[in-house]
Amino acid sequence: MDRRETIKLLALAPFAFTWTRLDAELASRKSAAARAAGRFQAQFFTDHEFETVRLLVDMIIPADDRSGSATDVGVPEFMGFIMVDRPPMQTPMRGGLAWLDTYCEERFEQAFTACTDVQQRQVLDAIAYPGDADSELSHGVAFFNSFRDLTASGFWTTKEGMDDLGYIGNEYVQEWTGAPEEEIERLGLSRVPWDTI
Amino acid sequence: MFNIISPKVYDVAIIGSGAGGGMAAYVLTQAGADVVMLEAGPMWDAATDGDMFTWNYSSPTRGAGSDEKPFGEFDGCIGGWEIDGEPYTRAPGTEWDWFRARMLGGRTNHWGRISLRFGPDDFRGRSIDGLGDDWPIGYHDVAPYYDKVDRLVGIFGNQDGFYNEPDGIFMPPPAPRLNELLVMEGAKKIGIPVLANRLSIITQAHNGRPACHYCAQCGRGCSTASNFSTPSVLLPPARETGNLTIIPNAMAREVTTDAEGLATGVSYVNKDDLQEYQGRARTVVLAASACESARLLLNSKSPRHPNGLANSSGVVGRYLMDSTGADIIGLFPQLIGRPAYNEDGTGGSHIYIPWFGYDQDLDFARGYHLEVWGGRRQPSYGFGGGIHQYNDLFDERPRGGGGYGLQLKQDYRDLYGAIGGFAARGEMLARYDNYCEIDPDTVDEYGIPVLRFNVTWSDQEYNQVRHAQESARELVRAMGGEVLNPMPSREEGYGILAPGRIIHEVGTVRMGDDPAEAPLNAYCQAHDAKNVFVADGAPFVSQAHKNTTWTILAMAWRTSEHIVELRDEGKL
Repeated sequence: MDRRETIKLLALAPFAFTWTRLDAELASRKSAAARAAGRFQAQFFTDHEFETVRLLVDMIIPADDRSGSATDVGVPEFMGFIMVDRPPMQTPMRGGLAWLDTYCEERFEQAFTACTDVQQRQVLDAIAYPGDADSELSHGVAFFNSFRDLTASGFWTTKEGMDDLGYIGNEYVQEWTGAPEEEIERLGLSRVPWDTI
Repeated sequence: MFNIISPKVYDVAIIGSGAGGGMAAYVLTQAGADVVMLEAGPMWDAATDGDMFTWNYSSPTRGAGSDEKPFGEFDGCIGGWEIDGEPYTRAPGTEWDWFRARMLGGRTNHWGRISLRFGPDDFRGRSIDGLGDDWPIGYHDVAPYYDKVDRLVGIFGNQDGFYNEPDGIFMPPPAPRLNELLVMEGAKKIGIPVLANRLSIITQAHNGRPACHYCAQCGRGCSTASNFSTPSVLLPPARETGNLTIIPNAMAREVTTDAEGLATGVSYVNKDDLQEYQGRARTVVLAASACESARLLLNSKSPRHPNGLANSSGVVGRYLMDSTGADIIGLFPQLIGRPAYNEDGTGGSHIYIPWFGYDQDLDFARGYHLEVWGGRRQPSYGFGGGIHQYNDLFDERPRGGGGYGLQLKQDYRDLYGAIGGFAARGEMLARYDNYCEIDPDTVDEYGIPVLRFNVTWSDQEYNQVRHAQESARELVRAMGGEVLNPMPSREEGYGILAPGRIIHEVGTVRMGDDPAEAPLNAYCQAHDAKNVFVADGAPFVSQAHKNTTWTILAMAWRTSEHIVELRDEGKL
């Protein structure tokens, strides 16, 4: 069973498996949030859209020697949930993905997913640099800006993403010592002029 | 609908469990009064109901905000600017966003713990610049109560001796974060003062509460009670006296009065069974928040109080104020690509920029302060947002910002914690024409008439915010940074946020010696009904630029002591 099927099942049949407490909490938060959003839907993306999303997020955040890619940490599934949770984001997402396919059809006579790697990169090169993009492509640029942002939200807020960033915290600190001495020296800053704990 | 009348007559009914109500309950129960407290929301205890130490990745929304939780999914405040079933309205062409908490502790569950004393100037604005009114009391009247609040609750800070920023009884402050030292360096270059912040977070064990453990999550509710909220600091000792009864989910409708016009108690709707109840008490303390207290008084009409209780002056609801607010965001090249270490610290900044223009000739009265934010915080929904606007600022890129792929991935890492900024918070002037009133056409789901707001900014506030924008932008540049948000124009109000957005509303039931000009006397006692008192932000005659909680606590203590004295003298 692939990850996406799992997510679908979690949403639809929350008592189908033996669950850990964390699983149960996750599912209950998820369904509560979806209910709060007003229209409960287990799935937002069509299969074709989802395939496009999977390609895009990995082009935006690929794997490297420090961490995996966006699909490795479930960014497409995260996006699917956010679309259900935040209905105002649905039309810009659906429309943006449709814009992308229309653009590819005009240029390459096939959908984005069917394009070659080189063609896919050409498309992103055309819309990923707002300050340098052709003004005719403004809708693609706007879509890609928000899609990039959502990819970042989905990637860096995972445990893998936080570990990659080197976020250290959310823990009990016995003694607060402030900024590290090396950093204060590196920046040539003064020490704090008042007494601290 | 039944009207269920409580057989018991309490000494005091307190409406609201926030800073003012919590303090009134603390002082009055300790003095032996039998107190009932009404709260419009559920019971809440940070130790069991809060989300401290929850990882954002434990939720599919990664801690994102929503209408129900505008400050994030794990925020410890139940409430927001919009509450289902509890509408409010605005007069055409005016703005007001009304934030309400519905939970035990009210908005003490939602605040930055910035605990500033009003200074001597803040009580006598009219004497200084001819605008607004002076308070009927001065700093010397409130100072002993600020001291008591400092001792009881606990606060960190430094003895600065800074103009109009009275020092308190402080615990040692935490050392600044790296970005905060950078602010201090930049500020020194352009002559802007920086002080240690003053937060009601304890850096030493205090009254059985352990010292802060520096997880930066005050806003989620502190399960060790190391910061201030009424349920964790004031209500436990009040309940220990055995004199406090708390009724949650009780939405107050009106203060009931007798033929002489004195209060007899409070009628309220129980949100659980939707029945109408009547609680009886010899004294009523309104602490429901400035606007809710005004609404309650205006809805408490009787033959003796045809304009609403305590409103023979006609000014209940008037002189409504919030703080002005504006945001300035910068990117700082020195902070790009720095090493990993724990930068959480306390909830909120460890430094504070006080009002520094008090001795300058400016085109606005009063002042503002700057709050500082930044650092490597736990990533949440929205992380890295808008990166296309700034990932080329300090790195030559032939095609500008944005992009995708390995370079972009590295940009997110490098820029983490390199963005920071300032939130300007300024004094809004008290004006008769800024007010809330009862909307003649609209009720909430309990059938209680709702408030209609009528608030506009004046040139005073616009000019002040322009000055704050310019100062903070100069500060970003003095730090070596680049400002990310463009300077807003006059047409954009210089970026001033809508009134109500800063959640510092005060002034709707003001104090004054003249009953024709003010509903309350110098002890926050109604001129028109001697057993009615107000203990939230409503009695404030002016707002100062300062966060209001510490003054609400001090004033509520003073008012409550006065209630005890009057009772002991048989005058209530």
